[in-house]
Amino acid sequence: MTQTDAIDVKYVAHLARMQLSDEEIATFQSQLEHVLVHVRELSELDVEGVEPTAHAVPVHNVFREDAVRPSLDHDRVMANAPQARQGLFMVPQIIE
Amino acid sequence: MATPAFSSISTARAALQQGTCSSVDLVSDLLAAIESKNSALNAYVSVDREAALAQARAADKTRARGEGGTLCGIPIGVKDVLNVTGQPCQCASDILKGYRSPYDATAVARLRNQGAILLGRLNMDEFAMGSSNENSAFGAVRNPWDTDHVPGGSSGGSAAAVAAGIALAALGTDTGGSIRQPASFCGCVGLKPTYGRISRFGLTAFASSLDQIGPITRTVADAAALLTAMSGHDPMDSTSLDQPVPDYEAGLTGDLTGLKLGLPREYFLDGIDSEVDAAVRSAVAHCEKLGAEVVDISLPHTKYAIATYYIIATAEASANLARFDGVRYGAREAGQDPLDMYGRTRAAHFGPEVKRRIILGTYVLSSGYYDAYYLRAQKVRTLIRNDFEQAFTQCDALLTPVSPTPAYRLGERTADPIQMYLGDIFTVTANLAGICGLSVPCGFTQAGLPVGLQLLGPAFGEETILKVGHAYEQSTDWHQRRPGVWAGGADV
Repeated sequence: MTQTDAIDVKYVAHLARMQLSDEEIATFQSQLEHVLVHVRELSELDVEGVEPTAHAVPVHNVFREDAVRPSLDHDRVMANAPQARQGLFMVPQIIE
Repeated sequence: MATPAFSSISTARAALQQGTCSSVDLVSDLLAAIESKNSALNAYVSVDREAALAQARAADKTRARGEGGTLCGIPIGVKDVLNVTGQPCQCASDILKGYRSPYDATAVARLRNQGAILLGRLNMDEFAMGSSNENSAFGAVRNPWDTDHVPGGSSGGSAAAVAAGIALAALGTDTGGSIRQPASFCGCVGLKPTYGRISRFGLTAFASSLDQIGPITRTVADAAALLTAMSGHDPMDSTSLDQPVPDYEAGLTGDLTGLKLGLPREYFLDGIDSEVDAAVRSAVAHCEKLGAEVVDISLPHTKYAIATYYIIATAEASANLARFDGVRYGAREAGQDPLDMYGRTRAAHFGPEVKRRIILGTYVLSSGYYDAYYLRAQKVRTLIRNDFEQAFTQCDALLTPVSPTPAYRLGERTADPIQMYLGDIFTVTANLAGICGLSVPCGFTQAGLPVGLQLLGPAFGEETILKVGHAYEQSTDWHQRRPGVWAGGADV
């Protein structure tokens, strides 16, 4: 966590699959640099030997029977699709 | 009747039982009140008028047969992030425009099983990201106490509707304070249950390890009633815990004798508004008079909570919101190939705060930064949890302010995300630690804005904080005050 860890909003937006405008990139760049200055307060703390908490509930590996059960009505689910054909989601062509 | 005769679940329920009013009356009056008052507040984003009246007629028939659950014929408003079969569920986002839920969230289904009527959908910050309800594709919500002020967020529509009397009660969700802070800004009761108390199935996820569903109501007894109805294990959410569900209303004895309440000194530091500080300290003194013992407590890692929260919450959000890509639901922008389509769709239809958080979350999880940010935040989260574990060996519950300030003006903090985030300092800790928290009204500023008292309890300590909140509420009259736009009944 040093100043050389500067966030590159353009690159991160690419990772997050958002085609941001140059204006948005510039705004977020300056805002998030400020946010990260605050966030770096955590480097003051000694966390050597501290176990990380992923969530606050004391349960692990919840299993259930691998059984066939009724699921959502297909037509109702597909009714929300931006583009569908024959009960399938349509997307732009991937392979020539 | 042009205005609803009731302002709480318990009084409406009593009238239904005595037969002095029908559920159709209740729903019709509320629909009329929404019609006349909602445009000034922008609390509801849609109302399921015909379905609500049909459910009311059915509830009246059920009741006439001497049947029906604990909420039979009682209308409830639902935050736009929870799925209700057949209703829109847009999460106040442009990217989910036109989406209709194919199923009920478990919390919603459990209210339905008790006979509740799902009246309409309430405004919020987009995907529950925000503290002022200004980040909504439906526009900002206004505070009923002063419409130039924010109602808080992200469950701002839920709190504003309850405060204005255009909902008897509402569901909200709380990831870092999104139930408690708007409840405090609007003078309502808001409960964030223990993580795992209520199933999250059917809640559109923001930060899965922090999110909980909970009630926003006019009284603590109503919050207890809704908690009882919604709690319990659900096989559809493996983080919902199989713990017994008490009758939370029955535990509201009013007796605080023998209870130890802790005052965490880190929650009363510089920067807290003097009127908020005075109101909360006066509430603490009041609890002492009611028989509780007040002890000094330290939660030493409090100052690191905001940084920890904004790393963990955004990291989880960046993963959860990956599902909004224009393939299966919501908006889609045309693209040359799927990647181009995702990139265009997400850029065109997410709002600025959501984009900001997705970028921050993606960054803290990205190669080379994961250990320094995300893993470190998870370790600090352990330290924050330990603080609370230690504190609850010394007391039964903690008393704190909900927010360092009362409601601020619309637009006052929108330009500076840091200022907005810092306001969450007293609420994010409960989500990080997975414990329960309650906001109850404890006063007003000179300008007439409500102030909230926060009660924090250990995991599955809801009975204790509800008991304290109820005893405080019933021996004060803050919850009986009404804003000028009040549309509800005279009783509480």
